[in-house]
Amino acid sequence: MISRRLIALSLAALLLALIGGAAAQVFEAREFENPENARRYQVLISELRCLVCQNQNLADSNAPLAADLRQLTYDMIREGKNDAEIVDFMVARYGEFVLYRPPLKPTTAILWSGPFLLLAIGIWLLLRHLRRRASATAQASALSAEERARLARMLEAETSETDPGKRD
Amino acid sequence: MIPELGHFALILALLTAATQSLIPLFGGLKRTANVSAAAVPAARAQFVFCLLAFACLTAAFVLQDFSVTYVATNSNSALPLHYRVSAVWGAHEGSLLLWALILSGWTVAVTFFSRNLPDVFRVRVIAVMGAISVGFYLFMLLTSNPFSRLLPSAVEGNDLNPLLQDFGLILHPPMLYMGYVGLVVPFSFAVAALIGGRLDPAWTRWTRPWTVVAWVFLTLGITLGSWWAYYELGWGGWWFWDPVENASFMPWLMATALIHSLAVSEQRGAFKAWTVLLAIFAFSLSLLGTFLVRSGVLVSVHAFATDPARGLFILMFLALVVGSALVLFALRAQAVSGGGRFDLFSRETLLLINNVLLVVAAASVLLGTLYPLILDAMGLGKISVGPPYFNSVFVPLVLVLLAVLGIGPLTRWKKDRSRRLATLLRWPLIASIVAGVVLTVASDAEGLAAVLAGLVFAAWVAATTALALVERVKLRTSPLAGLLRLPRGFTGMTVAHLGAAVMVVGITLTTALSTEKDLRLSPGDTYAIAGYEFRFSGVRQSPGPNYRAQRGHIEVTRSGKTIAQLFPEKRLYLNSSSPMTEAAIDPGFTRDLYAALGDELGDGAWAVRIYHKPFVRWIWLGGLLMALGGILAVTDRRYRIMVRNERGRSDRALASGAFAEG
Amino acid sequence: MPRFTVPLGIFLLLVVLLGVGLTLNPRLVPSPLVDKPLPAFELPTVLDPEQRLSHDELRGRVSLLNVWATWCVPCREEHPVLVGIARRGEAIIYGLNYKDDREEAVNWLETLGDPYVKSGFDPTGRAGIDLGVYGVPETFIIDANGTIVYKHIGPFDDKIWRETLLPLVKKAQENSS
Repeated sequence: MISRRLIALSLAALLLALIGGAAAQVFEAREFENPENARRYQVLISELRCLVCQNQNLADSNAPLAADLRQLTYDMIREGKNDAEIVDFMVARYGEFVLYRPPLKPTTAILWSGPFLLLAIGIWLLLRHLRRRASATAQASALSAEERARLARMLEAETSETDPGKRD
Repeated sequence: MIPELGHFALILALLTAATQSLIPLFGGLKRTANVSAAAVPAARAQFVFCLLAFACLTAAFVLQDFSVTYVATNSNSALPLHYRVSAVWGAHEGSLLLWALILSGWTVAVTFFSRNLPDVFRVRVIAVMGAISVGFYLFMLLTSNPFSRLLPSAVEGNDLNPLLQDFGLILHPPMLYMGYVGLVVPFSFAVAALIGGRLDPAWTRWTRPWTVVAWVFLTLGITLGSWWAYYELGWGGWWFWDPVENASFMPWLMATALIHSLAVSEQRGAFKAWTVLLAIFAFSLSLLGTFLVRSGVLVSVHAFATDPARGLFILMFLALVVGSALVLFALRAQAVSGGGRFDLFSRETLLLINNVLLVVAAASVLLGTLYPLILDAMGLGKISVGPPYFNSVFVPLVLVLLAVLGIGPLTRWKKDRSRRLATLLRWPLIASIVAGVVLTVASDAEGLAAVLAGLVFAAWVAATTALALVERVKLRTSPLAGLLRLPRGFTGMTVAHLGAAVMVVGITLTTALSTEKDLRLSPGDTYAIAGYEFRFSGVRQSPGPNYRAQRGHIEVTRSGKTIAQLFPEKRLYLNSSSPMTEAAIDPGFTRDLYAALGDELGDGAWAVRIYHKPFVRWIWLGGLLMALGGILAVTDRRYRIMVRNERGRSDRALASGAFAEG
Repeated sequence: MPRFTVPLGIFLLLVVLLGVGLTLNPRLVPSPLVDKPLPAFELPTVLDPEQRLSHDELRGRVSLLNVWATWCVPCREEHPVLVGIARRGEAIIYGLNYKDDREEAVNWLETLGDPYVKSGFDPTGRAGIDLGVYGVPETFIIDANGTIVYKHIGPFDDKIWRETLLPLVKKAQENSS
């Protein structure tokens, strides 16, 4: 009973924080030595996920933790750390959940290759199907639908005897 | 009393919807058309009851009845009237009621505009739609009753989420739902055809306009949503690949594929099984989206307050509806396959490649959206899949799609020769590369390759679309007569394809050329980006109806000439004490200037965010053009004639016997 | 025709997946620090700025490290549970006072009871970041070698303590003795 109340309470607290988080902007005016670092900062905070928020990156979140992590990112860039070091710092503490760009590894292989595999399979299936179809419908091409229907019925027995593979 | 009336109306709507879906069963058993025909008045009665329920909820909001839980949670006595009305669909329960209302609205539309369909078929379509309505009414009455009372009643309401107190909310959800739910029509047509075990050619002709109308609404809904996110969420972003956005994007991709596949089925009577499958998928993805948004299985910025019981209900409903449709498909698809002949090198093939690309795109969005869930369910850890993933996967797919889009309309139906096409495409190819290179150099951007790719492909689409138009007009004696005599279907396609090109230009240039600065500005400070000088003159208090605002003032000048006065606000909504950022935007055809207020930094200085966003409007302009194309296409003459002539033709088709195609 | 049943098959898999998904909590992110040594920190304590609490001190015996703050609503619900555990001597509890005000934190411990051997004072939240803290309260179970064996995110009550956390503490104690 208590636990349920606790959960409800923490959820309520969370939601309250979130409504604020979703609506109000918090950002810091930053100075960088060079435009490249400014760009790196933007990319890093936009590709790192804020843990406390619903589904927001560090750049868009106004959660206090997100502000702290923006500050840390900024500090690390100024200390001369490279992107990999900064990302590793975050992952060591919060896990790969913070990466909006999931790293390529065995568990994400399907994620990254899936779309292109699907495309290859899709095109292959389509072309195979079209080829078979083209040869199967060759004889009925010049007829109207009604005529074709009648013809199909007449030819049905014969066709299936001579070349069942063509019916697709 | 009014809420009870609403509740009662909802129950009556459930009963009439049940009648509407069950009566044809009895009619079918007794083989009496008269009994079946009762489905039509049942469907209309259902709409009336649902409308009554909706009116009751609206009345509860307008009259500020805080004894209704839903009203007390989502409204407030200080809330302006128009937001009290739109608050009806501001949260879970009411938005479901809107969904149900729109579903019954589509059903009524079908009863009116399908009088010419064969009676058996028409009644089956209405019955399928009724079954889906039953599911939604049960869902509402069992888990999410908008009329449940709050005891004791609240003295004051909780206020509507400030994010939703905006013009965008008035329009965006109804548009989106019109699209989502509209896909139920092709779905029901498909299921009814599968039940009958055959598809006469009228099926594609009838399905196509309904699909296009639903698609138009979906396009408008998504475009509005993107625009709303851009100015209201205050981050200047227009697409976040959030699960909720993906939930609306997947049905859109599927519906786009369906429209193109219907073209092949209509022209050649071919690939009907595939078209039927797409019709099932499109609506299934709508339902899946509802599940994702309301069950809490995924974390999203826009998620509704969730509850596992609701998730379980929608999942079972989804399994039942989509599962039965797919079982039917497995049993009957063989009967509807077949069709006329076309060459491997033909417009049909290109349209089917377009289908493969769009379906793969939708599948990729689904894969990325669900992948964290898949890994979690298998105990393989928690990961996030976000915009970097979707962008890297989506961009190549879209580029291939654009390449095909350029070739398709120029290719002949049935059979074409590659030599002819190569000659024809030479000039657009050269023109688009030249235009792309010139524009890229002129844009002076950082990410050259991306800009070049985007602009070349956009130019390619524009050039080939123009060429297709010229080729078409050439058939007539004079160009003017040709233009005037163009079938609306063709004009619609042209406009929609140009819309795609415009959108690609917008996306490419905004992404590559935007300047975004987060600054510390004291009154009197100026900062220049992209040739615009932003002068900050401080912040003042400014009261609103149910909030207190701090209102900044920024004057934008260019070469000494005043361009715009921007008034970004930071609001505190009094009842929920939630802060809100209202960005100030000076819109323009080729650029937006954007300012938002952050925190006060002491000594009158403020954190101020200023953006220069070139061509960002083109993204939504593209969306609007696509929707306009859809509208033009459904007003094509043949559909208007069809409405008049269909009866005779479909009777003849029936008389001439079933289509045994193979 | 089996190829027409392919969509049905894929859909059924999807339904099973979504069904499993309903039983999971997408907000719960497991810590990568589990089975790793407790990250280094050295902080002044809440009650006495002169005194220090460092990661080294949590070595040698099994202990809990509870991250808390006075602004955290669920912490108030959880606090009596911690006081009970300390009173019964079921575990040694250290505290990490996260992004808080010292005066309020002292006041909290004085009025609600102090279950902690020591509470480190981390007003900037930097130590919290090294511990991967993202939602207060959080509770780490640390074994005698100074390795994190478990992390509980969010508040826990007596039931969760008896059924989940206490057995883990006992197991860690057995392993180290």
